[in-house]
Amino acid sequence: MITLKEALTKSSEELEELKAELEKKAKGSGLNAYVGFESSGEGVPILVKDNIQVKDWSVTSGSKILQGYIAPYEATAIKNLKSKGMMAFGRANMDEFAMGSTTESSFYGVTKNPHGTDRVPGGSSGGSAAAVAGGIAIAALGSDTGGSIRQPAAYCGCVGMKPTYGRVSRFGLAAYASSLDQIGPITQNVEDAAILYDAIKGHDDKDSTSADFEIEDIANNLNPDVKLTIAVIDDHISQADTDIQKAFASTIKALEKAGHTIVHKEMSNTKYDIATYYILATAEAATNLARYDGVRYGTRAESNTTEELFFNTRSEGFGTEVKRRILLGNFVLSSGYYDAYYVKAQKVRHLIRDEFNAIFADADLILSPVAPSVAPKIGANEDPLEMYKSDMYTLGVNLAGLPGISLPVAKNDEGMPIGLQLIAKAFDEKTLFNGAASMEKAVNYTK
Amino acid sequence: MFETVIGLEVHVQLNTKTKLFCSCPTSFAEHQNKNTCPTCLALPGALPVVNREAAVKAMRFGYAINANVNHVSTFDRKSYFYPDSPSAYQITQLTKAIVQKGELFIDLEDGSQKRIGMTQAHLEADAGKNMHEGNHSKVDLNRAGTPLMEIVSEPDMRSSDEAVAYLKKLHSTVRYLDISDANMQEGSFRCDVNVSIRPKGQEAFGTRVEIKNINSFKFVAAAIAYEVQRQTEAYEDGVYEQEVHQETRLWNVAEGVTKSMRGKEEAADYRYFPDPDLRPLVVTDEMIEEAKEIPELPDAKVARYVEELGIKKADALVITALKEMAYYFEEMLKYGAVAKTAVTWLTSELLGRLNKAGLSIETSPVDAKALGILVSKITDGTISGKGAKELLDHMMEHEDRDIDALIDELGLAQVSDDGAILAIIDEILANNQDKVEQYKSGKEKLFGFFVGQTMKASKGSANPAKVNELLKQRLNS
Ligand SMILES: [Zn+2]
Repeated sequence: MITLKEALTKSSEELEELKAELEKKAKGSGLNAYVGFESSGEGVPILVKDNIQVKDWSVTSGSKILQGYIAPYEATAIKNLKSKGMMAFGRANMDEFAMGSTTESSFYGVTKNPHGTDRVPGGSSGGSAAAVAGGIAIAALGSDTGGSIRQPAAYCGCVGMKPTYGRVSRFGLAAYASSLDQIGPITQNVEDAAILYDAIKGHDDKDSTSADFEIEDIANNLNPDVKLTIAVIDDHISQADTDIQKAFASTIKALEKAGHTIVHKEMSNTKYDIATYYILATAEAATNLARYDGVRYGTRAESNTTEELFFNTRSEGFGTEVKRRILLGNFVLSSGYYDAYYVKAQKVRHLIRDEFNAIFADADLILSPVAPSVAPKIGANEDPLEMYKSDMYTLGVNLAGLPGISLPVAKNDEGMPIGLQLIAKAFDEKTLFNGAASMEKAVNYTK
Repeated sequence: MFETVIGLEVHVQLNTKTKLFCSCPTSFAEHQNKNTCPTCLALPGALPVVNREAAVKAMRFGYAINANVNHVSTFDRKSYFYPDSPSAYQITQLTKAIVQKGELFIDLEDGSQKRIGMTQAHLEADAGKNMHEGNHSKVDLNRAGTPLMEIVSEPDMRSSDEAVAYLKKLHSTVRYLDISDANMQEGSFRCDVNVSIRPKGQEAFGTRVEIKNINSFKFVAAAIAYEVQRQTEAYEDGVYEQEVHQETRLWNVAEGVTKSMRGKEEAADYRYFPDPDLRPLVVTDEMIEEAKEIPELPDAKVARYVEELGIKKADALVITALKEMAYYFEEMLKYGAVAKTAVTWLTSELLGRLNKAGLSIETSPVDAKALGILVSKITDGTISGKGAKELLDHMMEHEDRDIDALIDELGLAQVSDDGAILAIIDEILANNQDKVEQYKSGKEKLFGFFVGQTMKASKGSANPAKVNELLKQRLNS
């Protein structure tokens, strides 16, 4: 598939042909990466995760409860990319309401990993990553609340970037956890990620949490030759599979060879990240998803009373994982437990941010695994707690609001891609992309 | 003997142009659900943005009640499922309100004032409306997201009179500040009353009962009276613990009683937590400057009227109770009316006529300019009080407001010309020689007779002061 950069040079006729070709290939791929082939705007077709609002599209967050809902307005990120020679084309499969790490919880069924169709593509932006890696999308938008862009990118062998919290407007992104969610690009290479990030970023008056300062374009100023200090957390690596550890070690060597300085740092156990994340994210989610009540839009269950309307609609409309997280969120917010869970988790969140900041006093970037293993087999993760644990490397970045980028560095013996992530300090996307461009060159990953 | 303890929570609908978290108009809409958008419909992905005007209006209230206006305040989500609450949570300010710790001085019957502490005033979004028609229920979200300011008082009131005085003062204050229409019937000024009793001398508060959504001052007084009686009887009968619970009750207008709203077991858990969609509200210097533009408030007006205009305090209280009345009064003075005369003509002559016609000061057919000029014409002797009443009656029915022309047209001009009056006096005196003699020999009571005859002969048009003066001259010469 041609890159986003190349596609931006094509004529509108060529792009129309390309779009038709994408649709045909996607339908024949058997990946189930697309859940719709809607088209909006003119330019290079960008695949859109099913939780980002495109005007007049059915946008459903991969849920039964939003079947029949047509978005009457457009997300700021979509408006932005349309003004940069791109268009929205197709809806990407995802875990229901972005809650999951495998895309198995989607109302539309599981998406398959293009490197092994018996494996998951990761999640929650699994459709976006599988499509880009499978050659049926030029580039895609995903959303990342706890790793939902970086992890599927790593599982599928493509590039996934999560911007600093506040860089990309959340207006029009169906909320999972408001203080953690960010829209970001999933692309074939680092430069494309920079191009798509440039297109969607920027302050938005409609999002009170949007950062309000000027930012330079990254893609045009990308410098893979910059020499950086990159921190690694040795303790964390020991928790990953041998495949991942090997890839990590050889990436460090490649980075050193490219002229970067590696420093060794310590951080507290990732188990605190997991606990903190699953308290805060579920608390926010419980209230964010309370609006899906069958009164105004989406599916409405049969009922005789108002209480039944709420109860039946939500019981029938939400899947198991979503219900689990809503229950968990309501529990941690309920009177008598609020201080012990929510308030404490907020405190830990500050400590996690402080730890990252302390490392960035001595380093430009942090190199870390994205997931402790390669993409698991479909149906392998039956225990939700095991699934939550697999998010150990990605959650901290969201809790601290930092930018991170996942890129493929190697394949294991079974041919499954391994991705690693670089993390930068808040609002330093420039260094993040420069480091990623350098690492991409240094590891020389072959698809 | 028991002491009544009352605290009040008042929801004031702010009169902003747009809603609290979106740019939908707050104005009346012809159709249901017309004034809505993705944010106030709680569509997926829509986000709230705080309305600056609402924040400034809340701040203005804060400055007006000598409160702390927090330069940083925060918003919280209060969760509950209800069809007219689209996001199933209300955005409110639980932990750090924009206004905290103020005071309001209420006017008591005996002319004294009492300080009522104000706990806080915070911003929150209103819900929509549910309508039930036969087997169907409909939801109208035009009102959803309208800014409310909830004003919470300390439990400082000790009688229903004090509670009503507080509400009246608060009502007039928000109207003077022009931050709310405060129309009770339309629900833009809603009060919840917290009532408890305790034996005189006991420091600990009794069990607090909340009475919700009472829509007139009269009902507030009645609801408190009922509730105090209910609680007192329970105490005296030894069943206070069993019958008085910390609960919400509703005032039943038809029966004149309060009724329990829900069982005490079902204490709602609102699962409050900070709204992650909204950063703390940080007020800017410009907002502070704007908020501090506070018009003269009733207390200051009363003091000024008494000290500078020499009006009786009771009259000043009547005039300032209504913003429109005070502005009307001040406008009259601009057109030359003398303050004391203006008070009479406004509060008795005009209001009397308005009441009779079923009108109010806001709908008065005679504006402050016309009445002000009319009053000035009395003072300068152009017309008599009687003539002025006739002129006011005329203006109530007709639109012409050229006062001088009207005086001519209606023949109301007073004769103040010495020569004309003297001619009448001389004729009267000549025709009543016997009485003149009696007067001169000491029967001074007859002076009134001569005045009456002169006025009668002038058909009431002679200036009485002039008549007095000239008669004295003639009789004493
Ligand atoms: Zn709206």
